[in-house]
Amino acid sequence: MNSLQVSASPHARALISTRHIMLAVIAALLPAALNGFIQFGMRALILLLVTTGSAMGFEMLARLVMRRRQTVLDCSAAVTGLLLGLNLPAGMPFWQAVLGSFIAVVIVKQLFGGLGQNFANPAIVARIVLMLSFPATMTAFQIPGTDAVSGATPLVTGTAGYWDLLLGNTAGCIGETSAAAILLGGLFLCICGIISPVTPLACIGSLALCTWLAGNDPLYQILSGGLMLGAVFMATDYATTPLTKPGKLLFGIGCGVLTFVIRQFSTYPEGMSFAILLMNLLTPYLDRMTRTHPFGADNLAGKEKPNA
Amino acid sequence: MKRLHGIRLPHRKHAESRKIETIPLPARVRLPMQMHMGPACTPAVAVKEHVSIGQIVGTASEEGAVPVHASVSGTVTAITPYLTAAGTEVPCVEIEPDGKQTVYAGCQPPKLETKNDLIRAARESGCVGLGGAGFPTYLKLSAKQKLDMLIVNGAECEPYLTSDCRQMVEAPGDVLGGIRLIMKLLKIRECRIGIENNKPAALKLLAYGAAADENIRVVPLPAVYPQGAEKVLIFHTSGRVVPEGKIPADIGVIVLNVSTCAFLYQYSKTGIPLVERVVTVDGPAVKKPCNLRVPVGTPQHDLLAFAECDFDRVKKLLSGGPMMGRALYSDAQPVLKQQNGLVALTKAPSPEPSACLRCGRCMAVCPMKLMPMELERAYRKEDTALLEKLHLPLCMNCGCCSYVCPAKRRLAESHQLAKALLRKAAQREEANA
Repeated sequence: MNSLQVSASPHARALISTRHIMLAVIAALLPAALNGFIQFGMRALILLLVTTGSAMGFEMLARLVMRRRQTVLDCSAAVTGLLLGLNLPAGMPFWQAVLGSFIAVVIVKQLFGGLGQNFANPAIVARIVLMLSFPATMTAFQIPGTDAVSGATPLVTGTAGYWDLLLGNTAGCIGETSAAAILLGGLFLCICGIISPVTPLACIGSLALCTWLAGNDPLYQILSGGLMLGAVFMATDYATTPLTKPGKLLFGIGCGVLTFVIRQFSTYPEGMSFAILLMNLLTPYLDRMTRTHPFGADNLAGKEKPNA
Repeated sequence: MKRLHGIRLPHRKHAESRKIETIPLPARVRLPMQMHMGPACTPAVAVKEHVSIGQIVGTASEEGAVPVHASVSGTVTAITPYLTAAGTEVPCVEIEPDGKQTVYAGCQPPKLETKNDLIRAARESGCVGLGGAGFPTYLKLSAKQKLDMLIVNGAECEPYLTSDCRQMVEAPGDVLGGIRLIMKLLKIRECRIGIENNKPAALKLLAYGAAADENIRVVPLPAVYPQGAEKVLIFHTSGRVVPEGKIPADIGVIVLNVSTCAFLYQYSKTGIPLVERVVTVDGPAVKKPCNLRVPVGTPQHDLLAFAECDFDRVKKLLSGGPMMGRALYSDAQPVLKQQNGLVALTKAPSPEPSACLRCGRCMAVCPMKLMPMELERAYRKEDTALLEKLHLPLCMNCGCCSYVCPAKRRLAESHQLAKALLRKAAQREEANA
């Protein structure tokens, strides 16, 4: 007999790995990416490849420079890059997109310790930084099927039809225009058990409710802008959103309400990124607030022990 | 009814339809003086002494220990040190069988009229929990608390293992006989037998046997691991909750394994102590999965050889199932009283853990609703206060968290280490006080 391996139990492991999860998320993003390609053409596809490739490149370089174990193959950087690309207008200059990847992967993710350690969603922060630094290019939305550029998304114009919003035949970022494509990806992730539907539903529901109370058209608000992409793919990011179900619910509601407040009262037409970023900051507190109550746990056990 | 979380595992119970077989007598049996949870016994025999089956070879002088009996008749050849799974060394009596298998004359059916008779008999029989943990049965029976429910564990939720299942199918009368004996002498009114629904034959046979007795109820349970974990089983069969830091007796419950019940019944009839047990031999390296009745102390090698194991392919040997079993360091190690299975794995993957994604899968599957990733972090920071706040002591090491972790983190292992850390901290506090 060979020498036997001795280790602690359990001696069996499920097949699922970090890479499987990331590949599933990439697969779920493909309908939105495909829609972007159909609506905005080759330029959109190339931009997505640029952000994805540069994000992976920066991840590899960062790990090399920091002399840490190489993690580029877990594909988490690819998810970040693709997500960032989907949040950009198709005409974004490549160097600005690459800068976005750098901010997302190196500054927001790796400097805080890499996968699972970042406190804010890398793609969201990169999008916000780009929006504040290059407002002109970040709002030069291409009109589908043409080379014409419009500064206004349906969120501003308020004139698009529901079908156009659902199928993505409107001006906007590459991945955010078609609600149907995003929902398809979200449904896939829910069925695979990779994300919980709680956050997106809470987010979309609370925004709809607030909009309705304010006397606006809830369906139009849900279908336009970055809400859908954010609710399905960014408000469900593992690292930067709460772990518990009640935490996810509160997080989703927070995102929805904040998005409404920003859309309604601020000078920005779009509020989803800021809403998610703000809620990211609250995540540790939401987690602490909503710790599970273990089976058989004494209610007093968690409290300070009285001095004997 | 609300159910606790768990995971669905591939059952791999290849030996479930295999009758219990016996194997040729081993060339040598080794009987460590500690085959129970508790203090070790002291050898009661000398080298070259002749012993017969059922004769005491290790006396249990300390409270919490149960005696060790000769499992074969033969000559004591040596008393050697034995390295236990806990890392301690205990003496080990080695016996060379003479092949006659004579039973010790002192083995007589015990007098069983009162609760104390049963407790004494359970101790003298050397009985421990046969489901894997090896807790002395007499200690459970002698609970000071008022017991009103006997819960019998026939869940057998680990993959591969079928020894309890075979016990129920081949001798349901023994199981029920043991149950009735315990209920009568301990004056327990109610009994629940929990069996996973992947054992329809066992469910049917026990329900049939207990049909006339309305106080004994067979409860079919979904085959979700860890259905057989004590607290999970109690909740799913009776709805009762064992509070943190308490034992089942505190809520009036005593939990015994089906094979333990069957053994106690057999002992009440024959007076032959715990000298043999049924072990399921299976695993990818085993060509003929089987259930074997072997003398305690038989080398694992003999069981594997009988099951036509491909020795060259074995990378890991488990005493017990893949979720909670212990990895053996050699196939020369003896079968202990509490070993219910022998699983020979051909792969021993130990994937390098990567960073926690915070995906929450560990939390979603934890039957105790703990937060394994937070516990692991608290352990790495050696934050004992936080470990307590997160209710670490509730962890029963079922391994679901490690099983599902996509980052392959060793969560269950770290919880065990964290428990040791808590114990050390408590000792330090005591020393300072």
